Amino acid sequence: MADEALPEIRWRDVNKLLARPGNIVAPTFAHSPQLRDDLGKYVRVLVVGAGGLGCELLKDLALMGFQNIDVIDMDTIEVSNLNRQFLFRLQDVGKSKAEVAAKRVMQRVSGVTIVPHFCRIEDKDIEFYNNFQIIVLGLDSIEARSYINSVACSFLEYDDNDNPIEETVKPMVDGGTEGFKGHARVIMPGTTPCFECTIWLFPPQVKFPLCTLAETPRTAAHCIEYAHLIRWDEVHSGKAFDADNPEHMQWVYSEAVKRADLFGITGVTYSLTQGVVKNIIPAIASTNAIISAACALETFKLVSGCSKTLSNYLTYNGLDGIHIKATDFVREKDCLVCGPGTLIELETSVTLLQFIESLAEHPKLLISKPSITYRGNNLYMQAPPILEEMTRSNLRLPLFNLMDKVPKGTVHVSGSTDKDGKRTSCLRKLRVVFKGVDGIVDMDVAGGS
Amino acid sequence: MATEAKTKYDRQLRIWGEQGQSALEKASICLLNCGPTGSEALKNLVLGGIGSVTVVDGSKVEAFDLGNNFMLDQESLGQSKAKCVSAFLQELNDAVKAKFVEESPETLIETKPSFFTQFTLVIATQLLDRYLLKLDKICWQANVILVVARSYGLTGLVRISMKEHDVIESKPDHFLDDLRLHNPWPELKEYAHTFDLNVKTPVVHKHIPYIVILINIAEEWANTHGGSLPSTRQEKRDFKDQVKAHMLNLDEENYKEAMDASFKVSAPRGISSHLLQIINDSAAEVDSTSSDFWVLVAALKEFIENEGDGEPPLEGSIPDMTSLTDYYINLQKIYQAKAESDCLAMEQRVRNILKRIGRDPESISKASIKNFCKNARKLFVCRYRQLEDEYNTPVLPELQKYLTDEDYSFAVGFYILLRAVDRFAANYNRFPGMFDGDMDEDISWLKTIAVGILNDLGFHGSTIPEDLINEMCRFGGAELHAVAALIGGIASQEVIKLVTKQFVPLTGTFIFNGIDQKSQVLPF
Repeated sequence: MADEALPEIRWRDVNKLLARPGNIVAPTFAHSPQLRDDLGKYVRVLVVGAGGLGCELLKDLALMGFQNIDVIDMDTIEVSNLNRQFLFRLQDVGKSKAEVAAKRVMQRVSGVTIVPHFCRIEDKDIEFYNNFQIIVLGLDSIEARSYINSVACSFLEYDDNDNPIEETVKPMVDGGTEGFKGHARVIMPGTTPCFECTIWLFPPQVKFPLCTLAETPRTAAHCIEYAHLIRWDEVHSGKAFDADNPEHMQWVYSEAVKRADLFGITGVTYSLTQGVVKNIIPAIASTNAIISAACALETFKLVSGCSKTLSNYLTYNGLDGIHIKATDFVREKDCLVCGPGTLIELETSVTLLQFIESLAEHPKLLISKPSITYRGNNLYMQAPPILEEMTRSNLRLPLFNLMDKVPKGTVHVSGSTDKDGKRTSCLRKLRVVFKGVDGIVDMDVAGGS
Repeated sequence: MATEAKTKYDRQLRIWGEQGQSALEKASICLLNCGPTGSEALKNLVLGGIGSVTVVDGSKVEAFDLGNNFMLDQESLGQSKAKCVSAFLQELNDAVKAKFVEESPETLIETKPSFFTQFTLVIATQLLDRYLLKLDKICWQANVILVVARSYGLTGLVRISMKEHDVIESKPDHFLDDLRLHNPWPELKEYAHTFDLNVKTPVVHKHIPYIVILINIAEEWANTHGGSLPSTRQEKRDFKDQVKAHMLNLDEENYKEAMDASFKVSAPRGISSHLLQIINDSAAEVDSTSSDFWVLVAALKEFIENEGDGEPPLEGSIPDMTSLTDYYINLQKIYQAKAESDCLAMEQRVRNILKRIGRDPESISKASIKNFCKNARKLFVCRYRQLEDEYNTPVLPELQKYLTDEDYSFAVGFYILLRAVDRFAANYNRFPGMFDGDMDEDISWLKTIAVGILNDLGFHGSTIPEDLINEMCRFGGAELHAVAALIGGIASQEVIKLVTKQFVPLTGTFIFNGIDQKSQVLPF
């Protein structure tokens, strides 16, 4: 892509904001004709998700002047994406979303480099995420948001007065949609609430009690869930149900119809069966475009400082007219994820193995199978096997020694924890303080154990 | 619908159904100016399977177009913008007809007003207000819907203009179920009486549907309160306690649901003031020129005054609730039967009215009547003012109030300034701040124009914050991609609502505030 062929005049409109002084700008804003170029050259942005929001985000960011973008998504393209994920065509079905999206945007916007990552977000090591100045999230799952949030917050360090150290702040911009509704938010770890501080904004999905499904079904959805959750296992002992297998779905549908007939219930359709089993969230192009644009604009303003930014949570509702509301939520002071870290006091003699075992019992943490890193060094890794083997010998060494005999330090623990009966990946920051070692002065830190 | 289209559109069919989709597929949309705002609006519609789009733009692609428009690339340089954008749109969905006209919208408005009458809807983007006012008159006369979209620096606006838009399927987010617990009809009461709330069998007791529980306890209450239902706060609390007293143990879900729903017993009889306004509208006095919607409203009015005894036709569906399957299905049937008989009565009235006004009595289908009955409580009538009226006689008191309201002041400021930049452009043939050298001069000229507009509107002595005027000049008419995508996104969403006749469209001027994202809808 010959960028030379296109002069800077291409950025005429963006430069109106970047090259000119303004009256309503961030205190850090330094207007300059050079700023657009710097934005393109030196700022690396990560887009998480290349779906409905991700496609829009990549386009929006590339056309706001960002030229170094990475995108990560484990999914492949499906036909039902095509009503809104405008970078994909029918012939792309089955290919990696991240790869196709990156290629399409690079074809059309010259000078932009988009690096695709066709993998799970957990497959990247934590340091990968530290390569970016800002992370933009276009996701549809609470678990994935929570994971990225914990990664970004793990970089955050606090000074001795418990103020966040600016260079360690990894800003995030997060968007989400459902039908005609959506949200966009700006997360500045340590300053504005992180995803975990306001987790109550995402109530857990309501599940039907099993006894209703088994004994007193009343709706079409009850019949479908009976076929999916109970009947399938009765008939296919040991064979896992695969929601992406059309034969499996067809079987659940016909069983649901039988059950509905038996009880005189109406309304079971194939489409509803898919909707219930896969928990399909309706999605349209316009809402995705609106929310992504809001996120891209906030990203542009945050990085350049050329205007004020959203403070800090925007809700959008287009069902009845247009309702946009910005709410200034406050941080949870003792947040386990974006706070200064859970304080753990240890004897200098405690070995890494003993430390790991204590994490499973710690009431606030309950982390099983943890891998431990300290200042980017792997102290113990559960996987892959080769790393496990390399770090296994550390288990019997005292943690104090492994942490270079510092009186206190921050370790990162990644493992899994139980959340509403579901195992989820988690990453926690622990502030380890060794007893009886010089240099311990303040014990009144937030988040004490 | 073909299987492939069904799969492709699955996520949106779950929102507007096959009827909504078929309305979209019949619509023809005209876009004026295909900068990023217009292109992005059309992109969203083409992806969703709109019938046809016609892109009108007379300009050629220049280098700066490549900095904000995804539909143009290096190879488009020097070519017709309309042609390039239309070609890209076609690539997105081959079920859509994408056409273009290489002509400036301004010229078409001035010289060929009949051009616009062929479309369902016109989206006018980045058009100066003197042309918009003319276009609005043309569309108004031809009954073509006009959607105005404008992106300008960190602000912008979206506005709809048409005479009237009636919505049957408004699909609100939260709406009280139509259970009639405060006013049960005889069959429902009779069924409730077949239950004994004091039954000792735990499995039966904890599976009595809350509808039955509440009807019976409400009757108990009425018997001891001179026939009236709980109305004061204290009475409502006492009633809830009375429900609670029937529980055998505290984890009976059906009783918890009954307590949560106990306020429904106190719902006022009759229709909402919103619906009252609709049935009393002068358009409900129908004649041969009336639309189907108003014929149905006329029938609804008669129904409420007669068989309905003050109530609209029953919706006929009940929410899920803890219950044995049989009890629930029986209840469902009782509600359905009443809804059907209400619908039958409505149908009779519709047919009679049609006959009376000299139309074919069968010209409104039974399915339409049924759909109307199901949504009778949620009807919406949106009426718009012509742009010219908004310009000449604004709704002063409300704008005045907003001018000093913290949450609205930027929005009102931008509203005035968006008009001011057009007046500036009419005077000086450029937007304020378009060129770096003119900045200081432009700021003071723009301020003078803005104050002039405020005075014309009748806000004597009011001002716009200096900072905002400065920012407006800094924007220099820039069309930023992210702002354009947002404004275009909102425009396309409104088009979908207008074409499918589902959900409630915007009934004011949407003003985007990209500075702190406190966007607002201003009345016009």
